[in-house]
Parts: sequence; C-alpha cells; structure tokens
Amino acid sequence: MEHYISLFVKSVFIENLALSFFLGMCTFLAVSKKVKTAIGLGIAVVVVQTITVPVNNLIYNYLLKENALAWAGVEGVDLSFLGLISYIGVIAAMVQILEMALDKYVPALYNALGIFLPLITVNCAILGGSLFMVERDYNFLESVTYGVGSGFGWALAIMALAGIREKLKYSDIPHGLRGLGITFMIVGLMALGFLSFSGIQL
Amino acid sequence: MSSIKKTLFDPLFNNNPIALQILGICSALAVTTKMEKALVMCLAVIAVTGLSNLCVSLIRNFIPSSIRIIVQMTIIASLVIVTDQVLKAFVYDVAKEMSVFIGLIITNCIVMGRAEGYAMKNPPVASFIDGIGNGIGYSVVLIFVAFFREILGTGKLMGITIFAPVNEGGWYQPNGMALLAPSAFFLIGLFIWALRTWKPEQNEES
Repeated sequence: MEHYISLFVKSVFIENLALSFFLGMCTFLAVSKKVKTAIGLGIAVVVVQTITVPVNNLIYNYLLKENALAWAGVEGVDLSFLGLISYIGVIAAMVQILEMALDKYVPALYNALGIFLPLITVNCAILGGSLFMVERDYNFLESVTYGVGSGFGWALAIMALAGIREKLKYSDIPHGLRGLGITFMIVGLMALGFLSFSGIQL
Repeated sequence: MSSIKKTLFDPLFNNNPIALQILGICSALAVTTKMEKALVMCLAVIAVTGLSNLCVSLIRNFIPSSIRIIVQMTIIASLVIVTDQVLKAFVYDVAKEMSVFIGLIITNCIVMGRAEGYAMKNPPVASFIDGIGNGIGYSVVLIFVAFFREILGTGKLMGITIFAPVNEGGWYQPNGMALLAPSAFFLIGLFIWALRTWKPEQNEES
C-alpha cells in the first residue's frame, strides 16, 4: 500500500507531467485563461488518463511485449514496434467512447467539458503517460495509480496557472511580453516552485 | 518561385510555429538540455512534418472529412514509428536518452496542425515545403534554447568545453538551474519577447 501512495504523490508533485516534463503544453497555455474552463479540462484529463493508462498497460503486457502472445499459443513474437500506433488508437477510441457515454448518462458533465473532450486525443500528456508507463514497466495496479496521479497533477497545474493568469489582468507588463511571453515566465516560476517537492522522500 | 520561398521562410520568424501559433511546445522542451539531442529532435520533426504534409496532401481528395483526423493520425503515427526505428538503428545512445519524446512527435501539434491547416487544402509540393519550413521554424527555437541551456548549465557545447568549469580547474561556475525544467520556460519567454520587440505587429492585445 505504501508503495502505491508514494507512487501517487510522486506522479502528482515530483514528476508533474506539465511542469517537469513539459507535456500537454499547447493546451496548457491555450486553455488557461479562465479558471472555469481550466477546471473542466483538468477533470477531463484526469478521467481519460485514468482509463487509458491501465488499458494501454493491458495491451502492452498481453499483446505487444516480447512473448506476450504466449497465452494464445504464439511463441517468440515481439510486436513492441507497433506500440505507438496502438496507444494513440486506444486513446482516440477511449475519448470517443467516453464522449458518447457522457452524452448519454451524464449530460451535465458532457456539456461542461464541451470541445475539450475531443481535443484531449492530441494532448501529449495522455500519450506521454502511457509511454512512461511502458518505459518504467509498471504492473497493472501501479499503472492505475500512475494514471490517476499524473492526470491529477496536470489538472492541478492548469488550475493554478489559470488562477494566476486571471489576477494578471491587473498588472502592467512590458508590451512585447504580454500574452504568451509572460505566461511562459509564470510557468517557469511555477516549475521552480514544484521543484522544491523533489527533495521529498516517502 | 517567390511563393515557394515565402512558404519556406515565413515560418522562421514571421509566423513561427512556437512563438506565434503556440504549436508543438509539448514534446520539445525536454530534449533541449543538450545541443546534440536538440539537433536529432529537430531533424526528426522536420522529416515527419515534411513527409506527413506530403502524404496527407497526396490523398487529400480521397479522405472523407468525417474521418480525416484518424487518417492523419495514422499517417503521422506510421511516420513516427519509422523515424523511431531509424534513430534506434543509427544513433542508439541519443535515441535512448530521448526516451519517450520521439514517440511524442505524434502528438506534436505542429505536425497535426500543419496537416489539418495547410496540407488538406494545398498541392503536394507546396505542402511538403510548408512542412519543412515549419519544421525549421520549430528548430530555430529549439536550437536557441538548447544553446543557452547547454552552455550555461555545463559550460560545454556539443560536448566540447567552451567555458572551463570550476570543478575541472577552470573559472566558470556552471548554473545547474539551466539543466532543469524552469530555465526552458524562461528562455522561450525571452525569445518571444525579443521576437515581438523586433516585429511589434505580433504583439497580443491585452
């Protein structure tokens, strides 16, 4: 149990996908102007990440890994080069299914997420999460924990950034730096802040 | 001729994919701690954007618009797999160090953005050049960031010592922060500031 808690904390704070691996930056910068939309997108990322990382973990372990097809009586097959295309396929399919399911059963959440759901397919944080999971060889339970944790960390980062940017309206920034430039600076400072978590050992 | 030149060089400074279009920041910044990694990444991205634009443009009239995203995604993913295998075959050490970030070219918004925004509407040759141009525009920022991060962080460039660091008996005290995540954000922020001071028409209203 301790192992999983430590993995969770590590993926939320220390190895934050947005601030220490630069993943999902495009949406991170583009959709962080308002706290409300940032919260919607954050929730969508947590949900999608929680589903796709474990599913990709199963696909990797039972279909793609070297000798993974042994359960089907096929020995010595290594399909791991098909990894990238399978993961992105799973992500696209999952997002589509989630969209339809939400539309049918939880229309309120579906309307709140709106355009952000389909956009998540091309969010590198999602694909990055799956690739890190494969690279670090997580087992199924670890991948569930990592999926929830990394999604939550990303959501936390975008909400914090949106909060800062809303306040920023009242400050006097040099002309060339307005908009994108100052956003980069803020994200840099936030990343510095998150670095202070890296000393924490559990 | 001049239109080809415009397609090729516009993305460098006038319409830079990172500084102005806010595309492709995601997968790139983590590979800028060393010049060598950044150069490999640039070549990979230029190859993928150019070729994916070419392929998408060649079949643009046969793609039903309702499934175009999936078709583009499949083309891009296949190209990235090829690139990944080529890099693993020829520059294994660098490829190993870059770990997941080659795979992340798939979700690099530049590739997708140019396929969707340009290649779907233009003939193959022009699309190919547009892809290359945007790849180069992206590379300019990447190389700029990598140059400062490597030289400030270690005093070296491409592994050759430029400033002799203190721990090797020299005078330069390496700035460890340049190797960590925040410095990349500051450098890009400064790059955008410099670019917008030079070309004020890119300023955002706010």
